[in-house]
Amino acid sequence: MATIYIDNTPFEVPTGKNLLETCLTLGQDVPYFCWHPAMGSIGACRQCAVKVYKDENDTKGKLFMSCMEQVRDGMRISIVDPEAKEFRAHIIGWLMTNHPHDCAVCDEGGSCHLQDMTVMTGHNYRSYTFDKRTYKNQYLGPFLNHEMNRCIQCYRCVRYYKDYAGGKDLDVFAAHNHLYFGRAEDGVLESEFSGNLAEVCPTGVFTDKTLKQHYTRKWDLTMAPSVCHHCSLGCNISAGERYGTLRNITNRYNGEVNGYFLCDRGRFGYEHVNSVSRIRKSLVRSNLPEATDKYTALQAAAQAMRQGRVIGIGSARASLESNYMLKTLVGEDNFHHGVSDAEHDLIELSLKILKESSARTPSMREVEKADAVFILGEDLTNTAPMLALAVRQAVRQEPLLEQVSKANIPVWQDAAVRELVQSDTGPLFMAIPTITKLDELATQTYFADPDAIARLGFAVANIIYPESPGVRGLKNEDMHLAQQIADALMKAKNPVIISGTSAGSEAILKAAANIANALVAKEKTAGIVFTLPTSNSMGLAMLGGHRLQSAFEAIENGYADTVIILENDLYRQAGEGTVTNFLKSCKKVIVLDYLHNQTTEHADVLLAAGAFSEADGTLINNEGRAQRFYQVHPTIEDIQESWRWLGELGTIVAHDQISWWHGYDDILSAIVKEHPEMEGIKMVTPPSDFRIAGQKIPRAPHRFSGRTAMRANINVSEPKPTEDPDSPLSYTMEGYRGQPPSAMIPFFWAPGWNSNQAVNKYQEEVGGHLKGGDPGIRLIEPDPEHKVSFSVAVPEKFEPMDGHLFILPLHHIFGSEELSNQSPPIQERIPEPYIAVNTDDALRMKLDEGQLMPFAIDGQLYQLPVKLSTTIASGTAGLPVGLPGVPFAELPAWAILNRELQWKPQHQTTY
Amino acid sequence: MLTAEEKHQIDHEISLVPAPKNACIEALKIVQHNHGWISDESLKDVADYVGMSPAELDSVATFYNLIFRRPVGRHVILLCDSISCYIMGYEGIKEALHKKLNIQYGQTTADGRFTLLPNCCLGTCDCAPALMIDNDLYRNLTVEQLDEILNKYT
Amino acid sequence: MEKPLTQHIVPGRAPLSLKEYEKVGGYQSVRKILKEMTPQEVQALVKESDLKGRGGAGFNTGLKWSFVPMGPDAATPKYLVANADEMEPGTFKDRVLLEGNPHQLIEGMILAAYAIQASISYVFLRWAYKVAAREITKAIQEAYDAGYLGQNILGSGFNLDMHLHTGVGRYMCGEETALLNALEGKRANPRAKPPFPQVSGLFGKPTIVNNVETLCCLPHIVNNGAEWFKKLGLTVDAGTKLFGVSGRVKTPGCWELPMGTTIREILEDYAGGMQDGYLFRGLLPGGASTDFLVEEHLDLPMDYPSIQAAGSRMGTGTMIIMDDQTCPVGFTLNLQHFFAQESCGFCTPCREGLPWVEKILLAIDKGEGKPEHLLTLDFHTKYLGPGNTFCALAPGAMEPLQSALKYFREDFERHIHEHHCPWSKAKAWQPSI
Repeated sequence: MATIYIDNTPFEVPTGKNLLETCLTLGQDVPYFCWHPAMGSIGACRQCAVKVYKDENDTKGKLFMSCMEQVRDGMRISIVDPEAKEFRAHIIGWLMTNHPHDCAVCDEGGSCHLQDMTVMTGHNYRSYTFDKRTYKNQYLGPFLNHEMNRCIQCYRCVRYYKDYAGGKDLDVFAAHNHLYFGRAEDGVLESEFSGNLAEVCPTGVFTDKTLKQHYTRKWDLTMAPSVCHHCSLGCNISAGERYGTLRNITNRYNGEVNGYFLCDRGRFGYEHVNSVSRIRKSLVRSNLPEATDKYTALQAAAQAMRQGRVIGIGSARASLESNYMLKTLVGEDNFHHGVSDAEHDLIELSLKILKESSARTPSMREVEKADAVFILGEDLTNTAPMLALAVRQAVRQEPLLEQVSKANIPVWQDAAVRELVQSDTGPLFMAIPTITKLDELATQTYFADPDAIARLGFAVANIIYPESPGVRGLKNEDMHLAQQIADALMKAKNPVIISGTSAGSEAILKAAANIANALVAKEKTAGIVFTLPTSNSMGLAMLGGHRLQSAFEAIENGYADTVIILENDLYRQAGEGTVTNFLKSCKKVIVLDYLHNQTTEHADVLLAAGAFSEADGTLINNEGRAQRFYQVHPTIEDIQESWRWLGELGTIVAHDQISWWHGYDDILSAIVKEHPEMEGIKMVTPPSDFRIAGQKIPRAPHRFSGRTAMRANINVSEPKPTEDPDSPLSYTMEGYRGQPPSAMIPFFWAPGWNSNQAVNKYQEEVGGHLKGGDPGIRLIEPDPEHKVSFSVAVPEKFEPMDGHLFILPLHHIFGSEELSNQSPPIQERIPEPYIAVNTDDALRMKLDEGQLMPFAIDGQLYQLPVKLSTTIASGTAGLPVGLPGVPFAELPAWAILNRELQWKPQHQTTY
Repeated sequence: MLTAEEKHQIDHEISLVPAPKNACIEALKIVQHNHGWISDESLKDVADYVGMSPAELDSVATFYNLIFRRPVGRHVILLCDSISCYIMGYEGIKEALHKKLNIQYGQTTADGRFTLLPNCCLGTCDCAPALMIDNDLYRNLTVEQLDEILNKYT
Repeated sequence: MEKPLTQHIVPGRAPLSLKEYEKVGGYQSVRKILKEMTPQEVQALVKESDLKGRGGAGFNTGLKWSFVPMGPDAATPKYLVANADEMEPGTFKDRVLLEGNPHQLIEGMILAAYAIQASISYVFLRWAYKVAAREITKAIQEAYDAGYLGQNILGSGFNLDMHLHTGVGRYMCGEETALLNALEGKRANPRAKPPFPQVSGLFGKPTIVNNVETLCCLPHIVNNGAEWFKKLGLTVDAGTKLFGVSGRVKTPGCWELPMGTTIREILEDYAGGMQDGYLFRGLLPGGASTDFLVEEHLDLPMDYPSIQAAGSRMGTGTMIIMDDQTCPVGFTLNLQHFFAQESCGFCTPCREGLPWVEKILLAIDKGEGKPEHLLTLDFHTKYLGPGNTFCALAPGAMEPLQSALKYFREDFERHIHEHHCPWSKAKAWQPSI
C-alpha cells in the first residue's frame, strides 16, 4: 500500500496501479478516453492529465497523463489544479474540432462517454471556426453501424478488436488528422466479438445496428439484469425494452464471468424475442385457427392432464424453476430431460467429474489468468465464445509473468508490454477435430478424431501422474507431444484444462479429468473447465431426470399417453422419424414455448411462454454458478413464464404441493428443500420482498420520459404501473436511486456517467469485482474428502470403416444455437450447410469442393456440398450441427455413403 | 500475383527479421519498385505472403507517404515544399509545374508520364529550391531549367 | 583547425574506398578496441569525452549507452541503429557525412555496437538519399569483405551484422522510438518512455539509436582520446559540429567547425552574409523545430547551453535564415503545415492542434485573421509543450511559433488589422456585407 495525496487529501491505495485507475477507484472523476480497464494504457488521448508535484514544496507541478503514471508512495497530485482543468478542457476542444456535434441524431446520445467527458471537463464553448474533415462510412455487416465523422481517434476500437480479441479485419489507416478506423474495404466484420465495439467506442462511430431498427435512448429503456441464454457460460447482460419490444442487449459487468464484453451471438441473438416466429397467444388445436385466452388454454391443458397419464419433457434452455415445476407437476418418475441421450450422458458425466474431481472449475476471469492451457475437443470460439476470448488473454500470462515483470514494465502499460513480448505466447495446446480460430495462438495443434484426442489426453495424464492409466500403441510423435504438453502444464503455476461436450465424446471428458486430477495429485493448482451445450444444461443435470429415450418408450409402450413439453424443439434432440412418431402417438401434446418450431406444430395445447426477457428464473452455467435473470417488462397478451403456467396448471389440477406455493420464492424454497446442494440459488439475489429504504429497485432510469403520455392514444388516463410480485424490482423509474445489490443492477448509471462506463462506480476497484461481490453463487466445489479415481476407459485407436465416414459434430457461433437462429441479424451470418471431408478422402472418392455428397446417418438422409478440409482426420467428416437445413443426428456417428450416387460423378469425370 | 523474383527478394528480407510481418515495408517497396504503386491486389498478395491481413498491411502502407496506394505516372516528381525551399521561392517552381504539366498536386498527367507530389525537406537546403524525379535530385532550380529537366523523362 | 569528421570528404569526389580509408587510418579504432578495451571501457571513454547526441536532443552519448543491460543475463540480440533519417526541414548535415565518407559511419557503428555488445545493426536511411544509399551499400559490403563486419570480427569473437534500411517517408521516423516501429514494419508511431529503447527497443530487445554525426565522432574519440575531443570545442561543449546555413545568404552550405563557434562567424565568415538586397530578420538555429533567434543573439556561441539560455535549442545545428522579404506569417505557416502533415496522429493535441494552428495561420496569411486567433495560437504554444503531447513533434512545432509570436507579433497583428499580407501584392481582403 502507498499513501498518495490528491489535492492535499491523503489516500491509502494499492501500489502497482496507474494513477488514473487509482483515482477512479477512489471515486474521483478524472476524464479519459483511450484507457480501458481491460486493455490498459497507451497515453494517446491525453485526456486524463493531472498535476503531479515533486514534493510538498513544489507548488508549480507538471502535467502528467495519469494513465501512464505509476502510483508511488508519497505522490502528490492535483485533479482540480486550474492548469490541469484547462488542459483537459482543451483536449475536448481539440477533439471537437472535427466531431460533428450531431448528438441529437446520434444513437450514442444519452449514453455517450464523449458527452459525459465533455461535460466533465467544462468545455462548453466552441471556438474552432474552420471546416471539419468528413469521411465515407463503411458497411460492416448486420451488427454494427459505422459513422466515422464522429471519431475522436482514441484507438480503442483497434486495440480491442485486434489486440484484445484477435480480429484481423479492422484497423487504423493513414496518418495525422486523416486517421480512419475501419476495414480495408466494405464488408462484414469477421470477429465473433465485434459487437463490443459499440461499447468500447466512446462515441457513436460504432453503434448497435439492431438497436437502430427500433431506436430508443438509454434513458427511455426499461432494463433488467439478465443472463445470456445463448450458450452455457452465462454471461451477464442488461436487456432493454420500450413499448413491449426488446431494444438491445448491453454488457452487464460481472468480474468473474464476462467482464466488460459479450460475444455477438449473445449481444444480437436477442432479436428472436421480437421475431416473426414468436408465440404471442396460446392456442388450443380444437379451436384453431382462433387464438385462445389464457384460461381456455389452461382449462384445455388441465383437462388433458386429468384425462391422461402424463409425462414431462424438460429443457436445457428453460430455467431451473420451470424445469423444477414440470418435474413436480408430472412427478419425478415421469420427468425426462429434453436433450438427446448422448448429450444427457455427457452432461451427467461432466457434472459427476466436476463434483468428484480434485481440481476446481475456474471462472472465466480465472481462465484469463491461466499460464498454460490445454484444450481437448472444443472449438471454443463456436461453442463457448467468451471462453475463447478468455483463452486469448491467458496465452499472454506466461510472457507477462516472465519477461514483463523482469523488464520492470507495469502490466497496464499496454503498448510497451506488447512491444516487449512481441508475438510470444504462453503454452496453449489444442487437440481438436479440425481448424479453429484459436489455432493461431497455439503452441501446437493436434488435429485428430475424438478417440485419438482422448488417447493423447490419457497419455498426458499418465506422464504427469503414472497412477493415471497409460495408453498402448501410441505413435512416437504423439508420445512426444504428450510429453511436451505434460511438461508445459507441470511448469505452469495455474494450468487449466478445457474440454466439453461438443465433440460428443465421453472419452475426451474422462481424459481431461484425468489430466486435471493428475496435476492436483502432483500438487498443482489445476483448473478444469467443461463447456456444455446449452444455457441451463448444468441446472437440468443437477435437478435430475430421465433420458429422452425413456420418454419415447413410455408413450410407445403405453405407460403414458400425454406429454407436456417445456420450451423444447424435440426435433433438435432426436431423429425426425422418432420424434414425429412419438408426437403422433401421444393422445395429447401440451407445449410451452415462445418460438414456433416443428414441435409446436404438433401441440394440442400451446401455452405462450415468456422468453428470457419476459421471465424470472435461474440458470446454472458451466462453472456451476447459479445466476438469476429478471423479467424486463410487463408482458402483454397472456404471455407468462413457463413456471407460472405450470404452477397455475398444478393449482387447477389440485396438485398437492404446487397448490401451496404462492410466489416465486416458494419455488426456490421447494427446490432447495429437495436439492440441498442447490441451497445457493436462494442467495443469488435477495427475496422478492427485499426493499432498500422501503423502496424497490427501479428498472427505468429516473429520466425515463413519456410515461404519462406513452399510452395516451389508447386512454388518456395513465394506467397503474404493473406490480412485480416476484422480485424487488419495479417496472418504473420509481424506487431506490442508489446502488442495488450487485446481482440486481438493471443498468449502470452514476451522476455524470451516462454510458456503460459508469460501471467504474459500481466496482470495488476499477476492473475488479463489483461492490458486494460479483453476481452468482457457485454450487460446485471440489470435495477434498473425496478419493479421486482415475478413469481407465482409454479408448482404442479409431479405425476408419470402408464405405463409411465417421461424422463428427462441428459447431457455428451463428447457426448452431436454436434461439439466436431466429434473430434476423444472426440469420444473415449463418453459413450454408456443408459436409467437411478430408482432402485425401475426397480425392479417393472423386469429390470436389462444393459437390453434393449424399450420405445417411441412422436412417436420416443428407445431401450436402463438400467442403474440403486438410485437418479433419481421414475416415471422419464434419457435419455442422443445428444449422437450418441440417436435420438432427446424434453425433458422432457412422454415416453410410451412398455409393450408387457417389460413383456417378466419378464416372462422369473419368477421362 | 507476386513474381518468383519478388518472392525471392521478399524471402531475403524475411530472413533478416524475427517474423515475416516485420519485413512488410520492405516487401511493399519491392512490389512498388516493379509496379510503381501498390494496388489492392498487390496489397493482398503481399499481405498473404508475409502473414498479415490486408487491413493490417494497409494500416502500415497508408501511414507512409511514399507507399503509393493509387496509380502514379511513369515518373514521380517530388517537389520539396519545406522551409528553405519556401524561402528560396519554390512556389514559383510549383506554379510553373502546374502550368507546364497541367496537373495539381496528387494528379497524374493525361499521358501518364508524370505524377506531381509535394514532399517535405529533401535535405539539400543549401541548394534550394529542389525536387526529385524518380531517383534524380535537382537543386538550385529555376523555372527556366524545368523544360530541360522534364524532357529527360519520357 | 581540426576537422576530423570531414577531413576526408571532398565535395564532388567519390568517397574513399575501404582500402583508401584504411590508408588514412580508417578502422584503426576498431582494431584498438577489439584488442585493448572492454565494452565498459569504451562506454566510459565516450562518456568522459562528453560527446552529446548530434540529432538534436544533445544527450550524453556514453550515458545513454550505460542504460543498456550488460552481462550474460541481458536479453539478446541487442541492436544498434544509426539514425540517418535526416528529415528536419533545413537540415542537410548528415547527408554530407553519408555521401562523403560512409566508412567513417560504419567504423563508428562498430565501436558503438561493441560498447553495448550489439550483434545486429541497421542504418535507417531516409528514402531521398539515393547517393548515400548506393555508397553505404557498397561500403557495408567492403567492410564485410574485409572482416570488419560479420562473425568473429578480426578474430576477436565479436560479431556484428549490418543492414541498410531505407524508409518510405514520414518525418516521425526520425524520432528514435518511431524509427524502431518503422524498422519493425509497423506504423511509425512513437512509443512511450519508459521503457527506454535501451531496455526494450527493436523487437523488444535492448537497442541504441544514435545519430549519424554522433557515430562519426566515435572513431576519432577512440583514436585521440576524450581530452583531445573535449578540447576541440571552443566553449563548454566538446568536439566539432557540422553547422549549416540555408536561406538568402551568399554561400549557403555546411561546415565542420568547433563547438562554440559564434552564429555571426558562421553566418558571415562561412555563409558569406546576406545576399544583396536582403536583410537579416531572424534564424532558426537548429532546424525547423527550434525557436527563432534574432539580431541580438548573433554573437552567441553555438553550443547547447548558450543557445538554450537564449530560449532556443542547438537542435541539428543547421540554421535557417529568415530575411526581410519573407513574411514571418508565411514562414511560420510553412513550418506548421509541415508539422501538421507529419503528425503521426497518435495523440490528440498534436493531431488536432497542429491543423488548427495551420488553418489559423492560413487565415491570417490570407488576411482573414481575427484578433482572437492570436489567443488561440497562444494557448497552443502553452499547451502543446513537452509531456503534454505524446512525443516531441508538437512541442518542436511550437518552438518556432511561440518565438515568432514573440519576435514578430507586430507582423501577425498587421496581417489581421490590414486584412492582407503586407508581403503579398494580393488585393486586401474585403469584409463581405
